[in-house]
Amino acid sequence: MLKIENLTLEKDGRQILNGINLSVNKGEIYALLGRNGTGKTSLAYAVMGCKGYEAGEGKIIFERNEITRLSISQRAKLGITLAWQKPAVFEGLTVEEYLKCKNNDTNVHGLLSIVGMSSIYLNRMVDDKLSGGERKRIELASVMAMKPKLAILDEIDSGIDAPSLPFIRKTVQKMRDNGITIILISHSEDTLNICDRASLIGAGQVLKTAYPKIVKEFFTKHCKQCNHLYEIDWKEIKYDF
Amino acid sequence: MISKEFEQFLNIYDKAGGNKNAFRDKGIANLLVHKNKVLNVNSIKGVTLKSKRRKDGIAVNLAVHKGVKVENPVHFCFGVLPKIGRQEIDIDILVEDNAQVEIVAHCIFPNAVKVVHKMDANIKIGDNARFKYQEIHYHGEFGGIKVIPKAKVSVGEGSIYDNVFSLLEGKVGFLDFDYEVNCCEKSTANMLVKTYGKGEDKIKILEKVNLSGERARSLIKTRIVLKDKARAEVIGETYGNAPYARGHVDCIEILNGTEAVAKAIPIVSVKDERAKVTHEAAIGSVDKRQLETLMARGLEEEEAIDTIVRGILK
Repeated sequence: MLKIENLTLEKDGRQILNGINLSVNKGEIYALLGRNGTGKTSLAYAVMGCKGYEAGEGKIIFERNEITRLSISQRAKLGITLAWQKPAVFEGLTVEEYLKCKNNDTNVHGLLSIVGMSSIYLNRMVDDKLSGGERKRIELASVMAMKPKLAILDEIDSGIDAPSLPFIRKTVQKMRDNGITIILISHSEDTLNICDRASLIGAGQVLKTAYPKIVKEFFTKHCKQCNHLYEIDWKEIKYDF
Repeated sequence: MISKEFEQFLNIYDKAGGNKNAFRDKGIANLLVHKNKVLNVNSIKGVTLKSKRRKDGIAVNLAVHKGVKVENPVHFCFGVLPKIGRQEIDIDILVEDNAQVEIVAHCIFPNAVKVVHKMDANIKIGDNARFKYQEIHYHGEFGGIKVIPKAKVSVGEGSIYDNVFSLLEGKVGFLDFDYEVNCCEKSTANMLVKTYGKGEDKIKILEKVNLSGERARSLIKTRIVLKDKARAEVIGETYGNAPYARGHVDCIEILNGTEAVAKAIPIVSVKDERAKVTHEAAIGSVDKRQLETLMARGLEEEEAIDTIVRGILK
């Protein structure tokens, strides 16, 4: 469904992505793992087409069409969407208005129910009075409202209370069951367990792609022992794609 | 003759989002003024409403008597329908102790090419009273109008004053808004101005609150969106002069385009070491994260900007 070929990205004179190659299959939950600052979020922004994250070299191919130079709106129309790690707040916009921003017929009650929230929230503002967990659940509901083909979820499980986590994971699984392909950025081992495949990102490259358990073991063995990712001699490590 | 003018005026009021039945309901205090002509006036029990015609406008006296809690909002409608005209409203409002009232005022100038609408208000709110004043403007697309609302408000002990001024429909023209509020002990003043400047609109807003009584509170909130060559200057002043007074000035101005100009000047001053007054002002373009979020949900950039702006001005 999504193929990324030799993608590079430079920002403020720094090489963020350094020839990323990966391929996401239709209907899978695909995890991107790696330490902070290794390029996972930048990759997500590049796939979504965010301003300032335009690819230098390489290609992004979605459903066999190259989308590397398309705008966010154009990519969204093709069925790609992104849930930001820190979702935006909107003064004066109710949850209902937010969920219906593209389609007025959206079943807002049903969506809130899926993410474990009551309809009382429909009249709340999508502002900073919502807790982190509430805002992230609403973000997931908003992603589902769009009925995307590919949803990129950037740390949708971070910064939220423990009781909310199962709802978040269940929602992601339900999305997959409804045919939505998901790219999931997460630092949580529990979240990793719901993923079908994973890639480890380090120094702007894909270091390993395999089943999540294998990638996790690789990550634990190699990445947590060093002081800095750039100090690893990656040539010495055997890749197991 | 008045009846025909009354109906014509009501129809435009209805289009401006007003509830025209309010002016036919004997149970609702109301006042309908076209230029300097009173087309309808109605007092109710506990609310005395008097008006006097003047050369270029009218003088209005509204009194809400002691302890009266007015169930339905009092409706005002002022306006000038011809292209050219002048309307000066001198208004005295007295909300006596323990009284409670809300006024919804619509100001309609749909055809203005050279119109001046001036309001001078003296508002006195007694002790433990509650007064809400909501003013909604409905302008045409030409922008040939000067709107000059000025008010001096005194908020009695333990009372609450809410003021909302919104000018979102049509072009602003020239707006010179000047309100000064004095808050006594344990009273509260909440003021919100929201407007959308387009074309060559000029917006000048001065809101001043004196927190003179112990534990008095205030919030001055301004929301402005500017596009084309519109300009705005917002001055929000709060003076914490008494122990435990708390005030906040909050101004957001969004520029949509490269030629609009916005200025925000918050002035906060504290005379008592136990008082606290804060401010925040943000001027800039539409927030990138908000914009990209809505675009990632399938909205075009212009649709996304409209959605964000609608929210800010709601």
